[in-house]
Amino acid sequence: MPPTALSILIVFLPLSLATIGGGQSAIADMHRQIVDVNHWLTASQFVDAFAIARLAPGPGSLLATLIGWQVAGFWGAVAATVGIFGPTAILIYAVSSLWSRYQGARILTALEAGLRPVAAGMILAASYVLIQALDGGWFARGLALLSTALLMLTPVNPLLLIAAGAGGFIGLHTLALL
Amino acid sequence: MPDDRTQRPTPLQLFLIFSRIGLTSFGGGLSGWMLREFVQRRRLLGEDEFLNGLAIAQALPGVNVTNMAIWIGYKLGGRAGAIASWMGMVVPAALVIVLIASAFASISGYELSHVALNGAAAAAIGLSLAMGLTAARRVPRRIFPLSVMVATFIAVTLLHWPLLWTVLGIGSLSVAVAYRQA
Repeated sequence: MPPTALSILIVFLPLSLATIGGGQSAIADMHRQIVDVNHWLTASQFVDAFAIARLAPGPGSLLATLIGWQVAGFWGAVAATVGIFGPTAILIYAVSSLWSRYQGARILTALEAGLRPVAAGMILAASYVLIQALDGGWFARGLALLSTALLMLTPVNPLLLIAAGAGGFIGLHTLALL
Repeated sequence: MPDDRTQRPTPLQLFLIFSRIGLTSFGGGLSGWMLREFVQRRRLLGEDEFLNGLAIAQALPGVNVTNMAIWIGYKLGGRAGAIASWMGMVVPAALVIVLIASAFASISGYELSHVALNGAAAAAIGLSLAMGLTAARRVPRRIFPLSVMVATFIAVTLLHWPLLWTVLGIGSLSVAVAYRQA
């Protein structure tokens, strides 16, 4: 397909529903569609876009927006954004409104109670995977744990901690400790 | 119907809060920012309400943080609140990513920036972990819910199950047991 706003929308709409547990799960399929099937970007252009999406603030799925923009300009970006976020946005909206209407129903209470430990396990698992992926050995792990403790015990601004983390690592690197 | 509360934020305020969260979050952990903003700082939502929303946002397809924005936005401001929160989360960050991509085309050679980003990421993981520990503290101290939490953790980290199967498998078992007990 030629890269028009419409064809971009058609590619990203079904990918939206594949993003269970966060945007990461759709990336492999996004790569297949954009690079292998439609040849809208080369593999290395795709990897560059992926890296930038990880560096930039905001949801990681903005990778889709970036691809849309690179492939077909402004309307490409709009089409990709609507495609990747639209269907799931409508789904969670419907669930939110049903939830408020039937609050207290037995099935919803059971869903809340039943999903709570699953969610706790998934968040802890995500933290574990991220800690494993860090470069910088015990310095980095120690910093992650220190930051956790500060966030739980004090009202510190997280942005300050993150800036301190970046500055601290530059310092350690300069002293050749890292 | 959305809850009745005094001091509910307007759609514009929701848009601005989520814009700030979207634009200041590096290295993931956005839901950690939301917990801090809506539960701990502004006290607009209870910890339980927030964690229920988070469980649903994670179980449904979709980006967790934009799902969460819609959930919170709907609770605090109905339809307009949901739309404003979603736009706040996505639109400003989308503009920034396009700007960054344009800037990146002209910069190259930056070993130190990788070091800095890694340090920033290490500190940012604290947000995820602090939230995981908060969520774990709210799990009832009984054998079954605790085993569900541990099983989920093991399934994702050691067994590398796809999240879909983890949620469908362990999640439906857990919900079924909770339904029998309800």
